[in-house]
Amino acid sequence: MKVWMLVAALVLLSVTSLFIGAENLSITDLFSMTDRQWQVLTISRIPRLVSLLIAGVSMSIAGLIMQQLSRNKFVSPTTAGTDDAAKLGILVALLVFASATTMQKMLIAFAFALAGTYVFMKFLDRIKFKDTIFIPLVGLMFGGIINSITTFFAYKNDMIQNVTSWLQGSTSAIMTGRYELLYISVPLLIFAYLYANKFTIAGMGEEFSVNLGLNHKFVVNVGLIIVALVSVVVILTIGIIPFLGLIIPNIVTLYVGDNLKKSLIHTALLGAVFLLVCDIVGRLIIYPYEIPIGLTVGVIGSIVFLYLLMRRRAYEA
Amino acid sequence: MIEVQEVSKSYAGKPVVEKVSLKIRQGSVTSFIGPNGAGKSTLLAMISRLLQKDSGKVLIDGKDISDWKSTELAKKISILKQSNQINLRLTVRELVSFGRFPYSQGKLKKEDWEKVDEAIAYMDLTDLQHKYLDQLSGGQNQRAFIAMVIAQNTEYILLDEPLNNLDMKHSVQIMKVLRRLAEELGKTVIIVIHDINFASCYSDYIVALKDGKIVKEGPTEAIIDNKVLEHIYDMDIPIELVNGNRIGVYFK
Repeated sequence: MKVWMLVAALVLLSVTSLFIGAENLSITDLFSMTDRQWQVLTISRIPRLVSLLIAGVSMSIAGLIMQQLSRNKFVSPTTAGTDDAAKLGILVALLVFASATTMQKMLIAFAFALAGTYVFMKFLDRIKFKDTIFIPLVGLMFGGIINSITTFFAYKNDMIQNVTSWLQGSTSAIMTGRYELLYISVPLLIFAYLYANKFTIAGMGEEFSVNLGLNHKFVVNVGLIIVALVSVVVILTIGIIPFLGLIIPNIVTLYVGDNLKKSLIHTALLGAVFLLVCDIVGRLIIYPYEIPIGLTVGVIGSIVFLYLLMRRRAYEA
Repeated sequence: MIEVQEVSKSYAGKPVVEKVSLKIRQGSVTSFIGPNGAGKSTLLAMISRLLQKDSGKVLIDGKDISDWKSTELAKKISILKQSNQINLRLTVRELVSFGRFPYSQGKLKKEDWEKVDEAIAYMDLTDLQHKYLDQLSGGQNQRAFIAMVIAQNTEYILLDEPLNNLDMKHSVQIMKVLRRLAEELGKTVIIVIHDINFASCYSDYIVALKDGKIVKEGPTEAIIDNKVLEHIYDMDIPIELVNGNRIGVYFK
């Protein structure tokens, strides 16, 4: 796959995405829009598109960075406890700091997500049995434990419904004023690109990094901060988008390899394309109603994930 | 010059390397030999700063390694470990280009790419340079890693068991390259090696370790000697002269 193909697909899908929805707005109306159509476009459709693009790029790159730093192809914010810890963080923010602003909530959730990811990385250091499948299972269990704590406190405080709504990523409620937090991702992603070479070297292991004079610990910490912050921002605006960070980098690896300087662009574009496709499918399947994007990504993503797992098994044997 | 002064390391109270002092000669190939658990790899790891030492000093060009800036040291000394399990999909050329990281911090200039090309050509990998590492054989892989170290262009090159898992043909190939690095490019090469006959045929100096201490060190002829080897390995190893090389016959 070439970069221009992904760009072309992205443009095409972006345009398509703008003109799908319950409110009638077609591309032919573009130059003779009514006030209402203009409002739909600027208040709902464009913010939705922008948030899909940023979220798709963010989550795939977060996954890619995690896989590189943990040296395991099946680690991602979904399978390392990052998402679950962020959720717990949001709950704590709502319960303990009820009057907190969105920004403060984000910071609290970020602290939790970072801590959760960090604990998982510490697990990784300790685990001697480095089976590719075993590590993400540990991450999922770890996430499950955090989740049960979240559920317990949410139940006690009558907030189960809120928590469930974060669990399922949804773009249908995205509107002007409710997605701008996502822009925090943009500088982080640019920063990640500048760090690409360092992440690749860190992915070759600590000794390899030391040999090349790279401060391994520092680079890993920078990576984890980017991952945690990006995940939190996406969860707070759209919700958890499972599997995205897992499957996109794995597909890209197959055809461009693991040199981040090269694969980062592909991962970003493919992530956005994939998320747009899932969103469009979710919007069309029971038109004019919608299926939340977390669900479509979950279904399509888990099938791809299974395929990748099988493929890897066959490859190793 | 590399100078090791009374370096020690112990794991859980058990000494692995005990007060080892050593001077490595410039522009030569030095082999560390000794039985399993003698502390060879541990010593090499401490010299290359991969491992923290408990006590003692390692001086590189007269300066303590802990006083060197890590990025500067990476231009001075390089280390390859026995298992290069990086499990990343990188092409040979990409891997070799990372050898320029200490000079370029990832932004390779024209002269960096020239060094990469030179290193690839030196290791005879030009035809394979766009292949992924996981598509190559063990020997080709090892050559790719050595090419990376050549691109890193350090005065000192340390290798921990570079012949691990290689067949005879590839082992000979690698050892010849290491000799050429010392003779043609004036590099100082230090290797940990198990096969005493490879050590005998290709090194200028040998350091024999046992139980974390240096038993004997000196020119190859002085170490590949029946008496000395018996002391190191606790077995009788008759030495035969074959084509001018001292070969230990230890198979029976």
